[in-house]
Amino acid sequence: MKKLFAIALILGSLNACSIPTLRATGDMGLIIERAIGRVQVVEHSQNTSLAKIEGLGDLSHASIVYSRDQRYGYVFGRDGGLTQVDILEQKIVKRVIQSGNSIGGAISQDGSLIAVSNYKPGGVKIFATRTLELVADIPAVYGDNKLSKTVGLVDAPGQKFVFSLYDAGETWVVDMQDTHKPVITKFTNTGSLPYDGLITPDGRYYIAGLFGEDGMALLDLWHLEKGIQRIMPGYGRGREPLPVYKMPHLEGWAMAGNRVFMPAVGQHEVVVADATSWKQVGSIPVYGQPIFVMTRPDNRQMWVNFAHPRNDTIQVIDVETMQVIKTLKPGKAVLHMEFTPRGEHVWMSVRDEDRVDILDTESFEVIKSLTVDKPSGIFFTNRAQKIGL
Amino acid sequence: MKTSLLIILLALVTPAQAELTQQRLQELKHLLKHDCGSCHGMTLNGGLGPALLPGSLKDKPDELLFVTIREGRHGTPMPPWKSLLSDDDIKSIIKLLRTPPE
Repeated sequence: MKKLFAIALILGSLNACSIPTLRATGDMGLIIERAIGRVQVVEHSQNTSLAKIEGLGDLSHASIVYSRDQRYGYVFGRDGGLTQVDILEQKIVKRVIQSGNSIGGAISQDGSLIAVSNYKPGGVKIFATRTLELVADIPAVYGDNKLSKTVGLVDAPGQKFVFSLYDAGETWVVDMQDTHKPVITKFTNTGSLPYDGLITPDGRYYIAGLFGEDGMALLDLWHLEKGIQRIMPGYGRGREPLPVYKMPHLEGWAMAGNRVFMPAVGQHEVVVADATSWKQVGSIPVYGQPIFVMTRPDNRQMWVNFAHPRNDTIQVIDVETMQVIKTLKPGKAVLHMEFTPRGEHVWMSVRDEDRVDILDTESFEVIKSLTVDKPSGIFFTNRAQKIGL
Repeated sequence: MKTSLLIILLALVTPAQAELTQQRLQELKHLLKHDCGSCHGMTLNGGLGPALLPGSLKDKPDELLFVTIREGRHGTPMPPWKSLLSDDDIKSIIKLLRTPPE
């Protein structure tokens, strides 16, 4: 009798073990619900929401990077919170409040370090990915011992992080090859009020957008000795800029062939530049002031969203002809878009309508909508394998 | 006769206006949280732009806030809002800014 019971127990537990089916995370992602401190775990094979994870604090302007095994998302919150989320077990693993006010982060080339960009106190903090223990604290000191807000933090090849100092107009390159001895190279002539930065998909060029003056600042990471180069000179000169109701984002900028497409600041235009000479070669008139200019993974289309008060609209540009081929009105406050890894679908957050729409990028039809509370950023796990994301 | 007509007209007009104002106030609250919030933080505790909590604004007179919102601040990313907000809208926003968050 006892034996039978034991066998039944073993069978029972075997049965229990077989319930959670094995699952990989390559088709998964997280969506920020900015107003209620929650993220939704989603998957884009069947286009479903799998779980909601609460308790992440102030998620306005939150962003996420992924561990290289694509299991963990690291969520950077506005309130300085850094939260490690397990997307398989659908729970928070660890959460630290690492500053008073932060703006985003990056994961190192080898995946072992997470860097966070802070407004208050201004600087960058670097943590061990596995434990979230502080590894390096880099205050953005400038001038008379002042601290600058930091922006445009990206990872770069060679276990580096690059970021800009908004108040100081500087760009710093931090080499973390020796974790205990960060080597910082400072460039002090970036220009006035760098508001965001980006790195080309190959990890070679870092570009900072400038709010306080015309043009952009370029740093060739293969040749740091060349220093900051000013590119796109005179852009916007002689024209009255429009009021900017929302800063453009340079992340997810579009590069197709030799052409680079970026949001113009204070103009209803997408700027086209040549990626060898870094000179402006054209511009594409669009419906409003662009916020995100994102290429579909095959680089054939560019999808653009716009600043308040024109943020109810999306335009699609054909890269070959540089013409707007489609204008969509998804609803009030389209904040962010994310393509599936090979680009057949795009997910977009319609904040004021509490919806994420999933569109077919060929037919432009909405194939499904998910209910998401005040959605902002959408982040799929394939970002884990991309430089600068 | 004229007076009674006026009363009827007022009765017709006033509630509708009050409703509109309430709706506008909700729109302004939303704008403050989400659109001003894109630079000043959703909880208005600061971001690229400074904190806008009652405590952080206590030394700033209404007139200064009014001009800042209406005309923007040159040399900073603060844009002029006058094309989107009426003077009454701006005054309501200043009242909201003076009210401690719930």
